[in-house]
Amino acid sequence: MTETLIEKLDYQATFDCVQCGYCLPACPTYLAFKKEKHSPRGRINLVKMAAEGKIGIEDMREGIDLCLGCRACETVCPTNVRYGDILMSAVEVLKDNKKMGIFEKGVRRAAFKVVLKNKQILRLVNKGLYAYQISGVKRLINRRNLLNPMEKYRDLNKAMPDVRLSRRLKNPPNPFRKSAIQVGFFQGCIMDVFFNRINDLAVKILSRHGMEVTNIPSQACCGALQHHAGEHNQTVELAKKNIEAYEAYDFDYIVNTIGGCGATLKEYPKLFKEGTEWHRRAVNFTAKIRDISEMMAIVDLNFQYEVSKNAIFQPSCHLENVQQVFEDPLKIIKSIPGLNYIELKDKALCCGSAGIYNILHFEESMQILDMKMKNVKVARPELIITSNPGCHIQMQLGVEREGLSDEISVKHIVEVVAEACGI
Amino acid sequence: MKEKIIEKLSEIVGDRLLTDIDERVSYGYDASFGQYMPDYVVQVMSAEEVREIIQLANTYEIPIYPRGASTSLSGGPLPVHAGIVMDFSQWNQYLEIFPDDLLIKASPGVKTGDIHQLAEEHNLMYPPDPSSSSICTIGGNLAENAGGPRGVKYGVTKDFVLGLEVVTAEGEIIRTGGNTVKNVTGYDLTKLLIGSEGTLGIITEATLRLIPKPMDTKTAMVIFDDLYTAGKSISKILTSGVRPSKMEILDQNAINKVEDYARLHLPRTAAAILLVEVDGDPDALTKELNVIQRALLEIEVDNVQIAKTKEEEARLWQVRKLVSPAIVQSGYTKISEDATVPLSKIPDMFRKIDEVKKKYNLNIVVFGHAGDGNLHPTINTNMRDAEEVSKVEDAVEEIFRYAIELGGTLSGEHGIGTMKKPFFPVEVGEAGMLFQKAIKQALDPKNILNPGKIFPEAGEKRLVLKND
Repeated sequence: MTETLIEKLDYQATFDCVQCGYCLPACPTYLAFKKEKHSPRGRINLVKMAAEGKIGIEDMREGIDLCLGCRACETVCPTNVRYGDILMSAVEVLKDNKKMGIFEKGVRRAAFKVVLKNKQILRLVNKGLYAYQISGVKRLINRRNLLNPMEKYRDLNKAMPDVRLSRRLKNPPNPFRKSAIQVGFFQGCIMDVFFNRINDLAVKILSRHGMEVTNIPSQACCGALQHHAGEHNQTVELAKKNIEAYEAYDFDYIVNTIGGCGATLKEYPKLFKEGTEWHRRAVNFTAKIRDISEMMAIVDLNFQYEVSKNAIFQPSCHLENVQQVFEDPLKIIKSIPGLNYIELKDKALCCGSAGIYNILHFEESMQILDMKMKNVKVARPELIITSNPGCHIQMQLGVEREGLSDEISVKHIVEVVAEACGI
Repeated sequence: MKEKIIEKLSEIVGDRLLTDIDERVSYGYDASFGQYMPDYVVQVMSAEEVREIIQLANTYEIPIYPRGASTSLSGGPLPVHAGIVMDFSQWNQYLEIFPDDLLIKASPGVKTGDIHQLAEEHNLMYPPDPSSSSICTIGGNLAENAGGPRGVKYGVTKDFVLGLEVVTAEGEIIRTGGNTVKNVTGYDLTKLLIGSEGTLGIITEATLRLIPKPMDTKTAMVIFDDLYTAGKSISKILTSGVRPSKMEILDQNAINKVEDYARLHLPRTAAAILLVEVDGDPDALTKELNVIQRALLEIEVDNVQIAKTKEEEARLWQVRKLVSPAIVQSGYTKISEDATVPLSKIPDMFRKIDEVKKKYNLNIVVFGHAGDGNLHPTINTNMRDAEEVSKVEDAVEEIFRYAIELGGTLSGEHGIGTMKKPFFPVEVGEAGMLFQKAIKQALDPKNILNPGKIFPEAGEKRLVLKND
């Protein structure tokens, strides 16, 4: 009954890799850590060697653990290796192999099984953060440098966005107009807690441009963080919940503002066996998923104001490498009146946020962020535009660490478009 | 013993010595076949470090395998007898251009693509352009004498190297050549070391020659109804009075794979297409393509399409670029060969490959650098199917032998490494091999520099794609 390692690891997919090395210059961790085991080619080989029993399971751990999962390697791979699948198979095997301490178990359980899955708890977190903010504790901590001895928390604290009290997104149906496009909104957990204003603005932009947007209450967490942590069963459970929830409505599109969540939603079919009913339902669901920038690119945006800023764009890795959305955000940004777009060197390299990588591997994440900020300093923008909350916080952190917070602001593409549209 | 070596190596390179199993296994492969396990990996950053490590290796007789980005298709960097992998990929700090001398000097870990870019910034060009330029290191290019599409007009790596800094097997740092095109002081050691695959000395710096960057390029696509005429037209073009800067051929199989993959409106029924690029003064380019067109008409080839815009030109070269991704099938491994034949023998080689394909019932596509006879028959195979792998081994062997029979060579640009060494004596003869071995013996008597490469070891008579 026990599967062999060759079955559990995606051993078959490792044969697609011809070890040409084209992925090396695209891999942020290879560039930062300078060792083959931190490259996609090296990691695939580790998985292959472990499956063949030539190295132990634990010998994969460091290489696999420190992968950002940005999947930039898939975009440049000339032989279409399914790196994401190989990586996830290794993450799961490593998770099963690890005797987790009671603390890690507790954190995992709290994070994945309880908090992220439960909107009400998330709303409580949001309220807590809101209280923390308005009570002046954040300002006090910042001003008094109370967290100074712990650089990690000090910087992260500064980079945390100001939280607004989260309210259920309203969807005022306009009885006088039956709009052509019916949009179901997907709000995302982290986005809803830290950036619910951006979701509000996104809904307003879509509504303003003739779409009818509904934010359904039965939606669940997309499952990205669970998936990245190797919690396969939980991910499947969440996927089913979401598919069911949105099937109850007749939407043309299901729209989100989060590069990472969107990627997970678009990969739901991979969670089910081909030919099964659930696979079919997942394919139908996925066909409707759009990133907000894909939607804004198909409408004629009604700009009213200039955004006179020198701006760079830091794409979300999963928006590009998984969702395959490359041009739409740039097209939108370049069309914003007054805005001067500057191309950031190596912009496709991950910023090092990568889900909760910057919490689990703080030092390494900062090494990767430093490479990013070197190029940001050359570009000298006044505005950094992002398309995912993780990147947003990380770029804000980069700006803080470089002492540039007076010169550079960080905004989601939705905020910039809303500003230009007078929303 | 091992502890002692580790201690000494770490005195030389500090934390750039890697000894954990996950690190070592990551330096045991390249883009060819086989997985080996080195005992130590050192990421060197100076000639002095290389010198000290070689002296240590000499004392304890430990093999050393230099390694760049490990994009080798022939097994050059594989640590086949364990020992020390010397990783040069991180030593990329020194890259300096001397525009007035038309020179570039580089440390071995500099990427070839970075050399291209720096030269172009000064309106100059470093012509050798292996398709892995954006990844591979100049050190690896020098060791393997890498080529690329521009070979037809400009030559290969060895034609653009004026001087080298080398650490010998005795641990001495020497310089070969210099900074001038003309230099006849003593033996031409530079050319001897280039393409010696790291078996005669370890290159630690190169002085490269640049040429003016051509002002412009223009490209034509020639479409053929039969392979024989396609082959014949290559010589016809090259004797027309014009020297193309690139000449790349795709057979029907390759055309259809690219078309399936990217839908670029390619002629699916054509037996082959030839992409011909000319470079230089924009006024002359149209005339040159006309000359080629007229020459082709003499052998009744009239289907020539000239790219009218830069976009069209880019689209044509996209076709060539997409061959590799297009021919890959999921679950299959790609085996690229590079047997090279005299130009007039290209039609024969095409015929032979077609014969081999049918005989062994294999999935082979042919494309490559037609202008210098360097074809890349590429086989897609299932490496988990032992029977099929042995068929591939037979097929590749047949192609090798035929290339030699035609007066060609085993390898145009990939190197001999581990993959082709069983056939080395077939091409150069016993006496030829002994002469080369005498050089190796004289310069590296203890055989510590990249052992197990180029020369077959006792009993190695066949191509083997698997090592386990």
